[in-house]
Amino acid sequence: MKTKSFLKNYLNYAIIALVAIIFTVLSLTGGTSPKEIYLLEKIAISIILAVSLSMVVGFLGELSLGHAGFMCVGAYLGGKLASILEPIIGNGILALIISVLAGGIAAAIFGIIIGLPALRLRGDYLAIVTLAFGEIIRSVVMNAPEKLFGGTLGLETPRFDKKYLFIIAFALVLICLAVTQNLMRSKHGRAITSIRDNEIAARATGINVTKYKLFVFTISSFFAGIAGVLYSYSNYRIQSANFDYNYSIEILVMVVLGGIGSINGSIIAATLITFLNVNLQTKLTGDLAVLQNLFYAAILIVIVIYKNAPALKTFREKYSLANLKKRRKEKDQNG
Amino acid sequence: MDFITALINGLSSGGTYAMIAIGYTMVYGIAKMLNFAHGDVIMVGGYAMYVTLLALGHPLIAVLAAVIFCIILGVTIERFAYRPLRGASPLAVLITAIGVSYLLQSLAQIIFGSSPKMPLQLQISGAVKLGALSVDYSTILTITVTVVVMAILSLFVKYSKTGRAMVAVSEDRDAALLMGINTNAIITITFAIGSALAAIAGYMMLCKAPSLSNTLGAMPGIKAFTAAVIGGIGSIPGAMLGGLLLGIVESISYSIPAIAPYTDAVEFSILIIVLLVKPSGILGKARREKV
Repeated sequence: MKTKSFLKNYLNYAIIALVAIIFTVLSLTGGTSPKEIYLLEKIAISIILAVSLSMVVGFLGELSLGHAGFMCVGAYLGGKLASILEPIIGNGILALIISVLAGGIAAAIFGIIIGLPALRLRGDYLAIVTLAFGEIIRSVVMNAPEKLFGGTLGLETPRFDKKYLFIIAFALVLICLAVTQNLMRSKHGRAITSIRDNEIAARATGINVTKYKLFVFTISSFFAGIAGVLYSYSNYRIQSANFDYNYSIEILVMVVLGGIGSINGSIIAATLITFLNVNLQTKLTGDLAVLQNLFYAAILIVIVIYKNAPALKTFREKYSLANLKKRRKEKDQNG
Repeated sequence: MDFITALINGLSSGGTYAMIAIGYTMVYGIAKMLNFAHGDVIMVGGYAMYVTLLALGHPLIAVLAAVIFCIILGVTIERFAYRPLRGASPLAVLITAIGVSYLLQSLAQIIFGSSPKMPLQLQISGAVKLGALSVDYSTILTITVTVVVMAILSLFVKYSKTGRAMVAVSEDRDAALLMGINTNAIITITFAIGSALAAIAGYMMLCKAPSLSNTLGAMPGIKAFTAAVIGGIGSIPGAMLGGLLLGIVESISYSIPAIAPYTDAVEFSILIIVLLVKPSGILGKARREKV
């Protein structure tokens, strides 16, 4: 029994670590193409984004539509810091680590500023405030002096040895996973999910609702910022248009497709969608590229209605995969 | 003089925001949900106007057609996307609404392409000169339409049977149901009114600047929701006040060169300040949470 729960708890770490190791070995022996490396980096970034958004949407029960905005903060500030630091320090990895931390902290500070007014209230205020924030940060970055952030042309980011960036990215994925998973399994995690399930009851049992909400939102923004720094490293040049509303929706689709409240689901969905995106990027061009958005929209609507509609409750219980074993047992007993 | 011009332009764009904000606030008050797709109904209305113009060529018919099309669209969205989720968690409803908004935007782009359409026949050019002051005809039109529509709506909600049923449903849906009010029908009517106002708002936007793309309603939608929150969500006079206020702030901010690029940031900062100081909005009533 103990090994079983051990497996259940740590299987995702093991799989991600294994993937990272396999590809490290492959890239050392020269068995990977630049395109595969690029895909790996993008997958790692998506997993960090999806898992961190899953904290807010799945465990806290609030909706953030500005995840790409926090990512933008990290990408620009972290990318700028890295391009300043790298010539001074001369060590690529050290500059990367410092700027990843700085980008994450900057995004977290913005998270506190945005979350403080919105999270005190009940209802859908966070969604609208974060959405507005995402748009503001983009226009501010674009209108900033060209010397600072490159204006509409975008910010040029440091060229880290491309071959090994994905290893660091996967290490960050493991850290993000460890923080999220351990937080959600702790006493604090149970407090957080209790807020999602019934805020009034949680308040009545003495849980400081606003404090926990702000805490989760800040951590989530922190990781979005980290993903942003990785993004700017992975792309050579970042433009504010990269971090638009569509990107926030894409991350939300990952969380919803993976199953709201399931970390492993988010990881799988993030991998799948990123894989599709990178491969479709070259095939769907022009107005056809919108087909992808249409597909995302359909996923959001269909999955959420199927999972939540009160009228479909009996149907869900009858045909859900999770209850398959139980149903079989009942059938055996009856028959 | 610049300041007065900015003020008048602000009243005009504020009227548009107020029109959209009423749609948000009514749906929020009655169905207790944030209808994210509301802004995109404006965009669909714009395309409906464009298509009717191509076919029939008269702006007035185009506006009428857009109003009817938007009403059908709004009611359809409510019936198939939101009604199945009545009683489900607010998060689920919100995500579905975002899905609908995204669906409308991408459908419009697939059908009409990404390059903006220019329904020039909708444009109203020319201006009235009052001494040194010059006021566009379109500005006069939007302000007049706003005042008339708001007056009709206020009278409707206050004195008609349906309007009072709407107030009852927004106060307490279960109690209204027990009093024999068909809450589902009331919610449908609310969506219909909101969508009709959205179509009119779409016309008000296009008669000033006839450029139509699939994101026409996105930003005005968000700003109008901001206006609704500033005025007090759920309150119709609040939405009017918030809309006008936001329009004036926007127009004054545009007229100052140093702040102009950051106008959006200024508007949303007002939202954040209002949420910090008086979360229920200017005219909203603070509600006690009952267990």
